[in-house]
Amino acid sequence: MTKTTIDLPPKGGFSFDLCRRNAFLESQGTKMPKFRKTGTTIVGLVFKDGVILGADTRATEGEIVCDKNCEKIHYLAPNISCCGAGTAADTENVTDMVSSQLELHRYATGRDSRVVTALTMLKSHLFGYQGAVSAALVLGGVDVTGPHLHAVYPHGSTDTLPFATMGSGSLAAMAMFESRFKEGMTREEGIEVVCAAICAGIFNDLGSGSNVDLCVITKGGKEYLRNYQQPNPRSYTHSKGYHFTSGHTAILSSKIRALRNQVRVVEGDVMEEE
Amino acid sequence: MGSVVRCDRYPYVTGSSVLGIKYKDGILLASDTAGCYGSTVRYKSVERLKRIGDNTILGASGEISDFQAITNLLDELITEDWMWDDGNKLGPFEIHNYLNRVMYNRRNKFDPLWNSLVLGGIKKGKKYLGMVSMIGVHFQDNHVATGFGNHLARPIFRDEWKEDMTLEEGVKLLEKCLLVLFYRDRSAINKFQMANVTEGGITITEPFALKVNWELEAFRNPTKGAEGSW
Repeated sequence: MTKTTIDLPPKGGFSFDLCRRNAFLESQGTKMPKFRKTGTTIVGLVFKDGVILGADTRATEGEIVCDKNCEKIHYLAPNISCCGAGTAADTENVTDMVSSQLELHRYATGRDSRVVTALTMLKSHLFGYQGAVSAALVLGGVDVTGPHLHAVYPHGSTDTLPFATMGSGSLAAMAMFESRFKEGMTREEGIEVVCAAICAGIFNDLGSGSNVDLCVITKGGKEYLRNYQQPNPRSYTHSKGYHFTSGHTAILSSKIRALRNQVRVVEGDVMEEE
Repeated sequence: MGSVVRCDRYPYVTGSSVLGIKYKDGILLASDTAGCYGSTVRYKSVERLKRIGDNTILGASGEISDFQAITNLLDELITEDWMWDDGNKLGPFEIHNYLNRVMYNRRNKFDPLWNSLVLGGIKKGKKYLGMVSMIGVHFQDNHVATGFGNHLARPIFRDEWKEDMTLEEGVKLLEKCLLVLFYRDRSAINKFQMANVTEGGITITEPFALKVNWELEAFRNPTKGAEGSW
């Protein structure tokens, strides 16, 4: 009796079959496409009434800034947000996926989501992909057990911290935090420290730039402050910007042709119905 | 120094960052006193700040033996200058120029002196603070840092340094940066030295420690609201 085996597709995780072929192609001189990364400075800190998350808004593709004003603070739940650094596609998709899972979980349990739920979903997903999903996240939120702030690394490990920074600008931002953080700050003090940290990343790190986004989460709700600070304004030489009245370019000749003459409406026969 | 061919591709005993700022009366340099042998803190009393002549101080990070060779060279330079006995002394700018040439020439022979040097001084009222790297890149600025100090201290300097700070303000700024470096640089220890050069002379402090704070409430029980998480 012959035994037939059916080739089932693998249940989960990546299949690395083509990696050897890619490596071979690269050695032959093929240029690999660059990833769109969020170079980035992302931070979070716990203050008296909750959590403040901050992020810059520059997305880079190799050496070029491909998006001057992207959004790095992602929605996870009405009371939970997540900043993402690393490959933009990975951070977007992993946060979208966990946000959907959390919503289904809310319907199933009838309760508000907890930050540790999001944390566990994120870390088990990232660990399963063994670091191939390049998402470094700062996760923060306020739930029934209080304010929480976590740092999630691409391989699936997490840290629970009073203040956290991730991304290429994390050292500049951490220098600001280590010298200015106090426990139990008010909302204004917390925002000031977060803005100083993001600005340190914007001005001292090449992978970060443009504007400062903030998200303040308290028991009462979430406040997303998009472009809270814009320390890199575009300065036009002309006060009205680029505005060219007619006459700036010499007109050699002009010919006006009415379009109406080109359009002919032809009456058609009604289609035969059989 | 001259004829031996050395294959200096890796540093062995290294010093961490050096910080330098200009203030109202002169220059302040600061560093810790650790000499690391790879990932071991092998020597805890390495003086990485040295006086050169009467009006210049030199701080070095990187290979300690190369730093010792450089101080020998500079001592010879100062002695020869003193022997001229012509009423003129080499100032910080001249010494920096000499160091630039030395570092760049060694780099061209593929035998670099594995250091990042910070040189500060004051002569006839003019303050000078500059940096030379092991490949010969050099520049002057109001505040400089080597190694990890570039990432952790320079952002703080750019935000908080101002023209004509007093000695107390300068020391406070440097101590703040040294503390951040101790928290976040793995090759730093809590034992520092500071060097101060003014028109009146050079002082290098005895080693001192800074007060660290681990008493944040959140560190006591990180999983308080989420038993079983990590």
